[in-house]
Amino acid sequence: MKWTRREILKGLGGIPILGALWWAGSASAISKRKERSEILEQLNIEPSLPAEVPPVTGEPIRVGIIGFGIRGEQLCRSLGYATKEWIADMKEEMIENPNNKALEVFEQQDKLNVVITGVCDVFDYRANRAINSFSSPENKVERFKTHQDMIRSGKVDAVVIATPDHWHAPMSIDALENNVHVYVEKPMTHTIEETYRLKEAAEKSKAVFMVGHQHRQTQSFKTAQDIVEKGVLGHISIIETCTNRNDDNGAWNYEIHPEANENTIDWDAFLGNAPKIPFNKNHFFRWRKWWAYGSGLSGDLMSHDYDRLNCVLNFGIPKSIMASGGIYTHNDGRNVPDVLQVNMEFPDFTTGSSQVKNKERGLTFIYSATLGNGYGRPTVLMGHDGTMELGNSLTIWPDGGSTKYAEMLEGEKMNPRVPIYYYDPGANVPDAISSATSQYFADKGLLWTYVDGKRVDSTFLHMREWLSCVRNGGTVSCGIKEGFEEAITAHMAGLSWKLGRRIDWDEENYQIVPIEGIDFDQVLLDSPDPENPYIRV
Amino acid sequence: MTETNTRRLKNSIAFLRVLIGWHFLYEGVTKVFNPDWTSFGYLASAKGPLGGLFRALANESIIGVVDVLNWLALIIVGITLILGIYERLGAIVGILLLAMYYLAHPPFPGVEQLNVEGSYWFVNKNLIELAACFVLLYFPTGDHFGIKYLLNQKSKSE
Repeated sequence: MKWTRREILKGLGGIPILGALWWAGSASAISKRKERSEILEQLNIEPSLPAEVPPVTGEPIRVGIIGFGIRGEQLCRSLGYATKEWIADMKEEMIENPNNKALEVFEQQDKLNVVITGVCDVFDYRANRAINSFSSPENKVERFKTHQDMIRSGKVDAVVIATPDHWHAPMSIDALENNVHVYVEKPMTHTIEETYRLKEAAEKSKAVFMVGHQHRQTQSFKTAQDIVEKGVLGHISIIETCTNRNDDNGAWNYEIHPEANENTIDWDAFLGNAPKIPFNKNHFFRWRKWWAYGSGLSGDLMSHDYDRLNCVLNFGIPKSIMASGGIYTHNDGRNVPDVLQVNMEFPDFTTGSSQVKNKERGLTFIYSATLGNGYGRPTVLMGHDGTMELGNSLTIWPDGGSTKYAEMLEGEKMNPRVPIYYYDPGANVPDAISSATSQYFADKGLLWTYVDGKRVDSTFLHMREWLSCVRNGGTVSCGIKEGFEEAITAHMAGLSWKLGRRIDWDEENYQIVPIEGIDFDQVLLDSPDPENPYIRV
Repeated sequence: MTETNTRRLKNSIAFLRVLIGWHFLYEGVTKVFNPDWTSFGYLASAKGPLGGLFRALANESIIGVVDVLNWLALIIVGITLILGIYERLGAIVGILLLAMYYLAHPPFPGVEQLNVEGSYWFVNKNLIELAACFVLLYFPTGDHFGIKYLLNQKSKSE
C-alpha cells in the first residue's frame, strides 16, 4: 500500500506539534531555572538550619513559676505544662474551628526534661489553677507566698518570671544572687538603675540568665543575618518596624477575673516598690497601661522589635532616640501612650557598601506603633541594593537604583517589582523569583502552616535553649548583654516620650548622657496625668 | 447533515482537540522540567465544600506522589489528544483533572477566589474546558485527524 502526502499529514500531523510543544515547554522551564540559579549564585545566601542544642539529660530541672497570668501560662505550655482549663477551652474551640491547631501543636511539642515544683502568684485563683493542673502523685506543686521564699526553698533550680515589669529586676537579682537560673520576660528592668544592678548580678552569678525574646529563635532572622553580612541589601539606611493593633486585648484591656477581690489578691505584694494606692482591679489586671508597673509601647512591644533587629544587625544601643506620640485611641485613664513613633539613630553603623568608599554610613531605625488600627505594616530593611521584608518568612526585592545589581537589572534578569529571593523556613526549597502565585500563598502564611507539617513554637525553642545551657553550659542567645541593650533602648524611648526631647547614649562611658536637673529614673517611674502626660522642662 | 457540514464539524472538533491537547501538554512539560514545581500551594489553599479533601492531598507524606500523578495525567491527556490515539481515554482523564481543578477552587458565591484574572459565577474556564472534553469524548476525531486515520486508511486498502 502507499499513503498519499495528504494522508500522512492527516495521520501524523500531531507528531510535529507534540515535538514543538515538548521543546518549547522544556526550554522555557530550563531557561527560567538557569536564570534562577544565576541569581541564587550571585546572592549566595545560606538558609539557616534549626540550631542543635544538647538535650537536658539526667534528673529533670526543677522550675518555679513566678507570675501565672496570661504570659505565665503560655510559658508553662512551652515547658510542656498546660492547665486543664486551657485544654478544655481548646477542645471546645476546635469544634467551632477545626483549623485551630493550638492543642495539636502543644501535644506534638518535644518533651523538655523539667518539672514544675513551685508557683508564686499573688492572686489565689491563679496559683491554685497551676497547682491543680500541674501537680501529680509524685510531685505536688508548692505555692510560695513570696519569690524570696521560693528562691531560698531549695526546691527550685530555676525560675521563670512573668510578672509586671516593676518586679522583673528585683526578682531576677534575688534569684541570681542565690545562683538560681532565671528566665525573665521583657523588658528585663523597669528603671535605669536596676538595669546596671541586674547586669552586675548576672555577671557575678553562676546561674544562667535569659531574657524572653523568643524571636531570636526564628529561623528567618538567622537567615537574615547571613543576607545582611553578605551585602545582599547593600548599605541599609532605614529600618521600619511597626505595631498595628486594634482590639481590646492588643490595647492591654484584659479581662477582669470575677474572683478577684481584696481577699484573693495580695495587693501589697503586687504593688511592691510601686506607689501605694488602694486596691484596684483595673490596675491589677491591666497593669501594662500605667508607668508605675509597666513600660508602655516602648518597653512592651518596641523592645521585641528592637531586639529582633539587634539580633540580625548587632547594632547595639542607639546613639540617640527621639520619640513622639500620645494617648489618642484609648483615652481610658491609662498614662502610657497608645500611639508612639520612635526614631533611633545609629550614625556610625554600616552594613557595607557597593558604592564608593565613605559615601554611605549611618542608619535610622523607626518604630511606629498604633493601638487604633490593625493594618499589617511589615518590617522592612531598606538598603541601597535591595529591600527585605522580614517576618516568619523573608522576601527580598532588588532596588531599581542598585549599584550591585545594575547589570542584571539592565539585562532584565532582575526586576524591582519581582522578588529575587524568598525564604520560608517551613518550605523545602528556597525560592528565587517567586511567582505571583507562590508569593500570594506565602503572604497568606499558608506555606508556613502546612509544608512543615509541624509548627514549632519559638518560645519553646527559646526555653529549651535556656534549659540546655542550665544543664550543659554554653551561651544563651539573649543573655545579659542583649537584655541590657534592649532595656536601655526601651528606657531611652520612654524618657524621650515623657520629656519630649532627645535622649543620647554615651558609648564610651556606657551611660545615658545626663541632662542637668533631671533624674531619669524618677521620670521613668513618674505617673503623668493622662490628660497632660508630658513633663516639660 | 450534508457531507460538507459533517466535514466542517469534524475539522472543528479535531481543531478543538488539538488545542486542548496543546494546553495540557505544555502545562505538563513545564512542570516536569521544573524540579521546584509543586501543587502544594493550590491544594493547601483549596476552598469550597470539598476544600478539606484537597487540603488533605497537600499533606507532606503524599504531596510528592500527587505532584507526579498531576504532571503525568497532564502529559497523557496532551499526547493522546494531539496524536488522536486513545483520545477517549485522554478526554476522560482530562475531565477528571479539570473537575478536580474546578472543585478545589470553585467559583461559587461566597467562596474566596485566589489569583483569578476574570470575574466568574459558577462557570469558569476550567468548567468550559471540561465541557469541551465531553464533546471530545462523544465525538472522537482520531479517524479524521490523527494516527487512527492512518490505520483506517491502511485497513481500507488491505
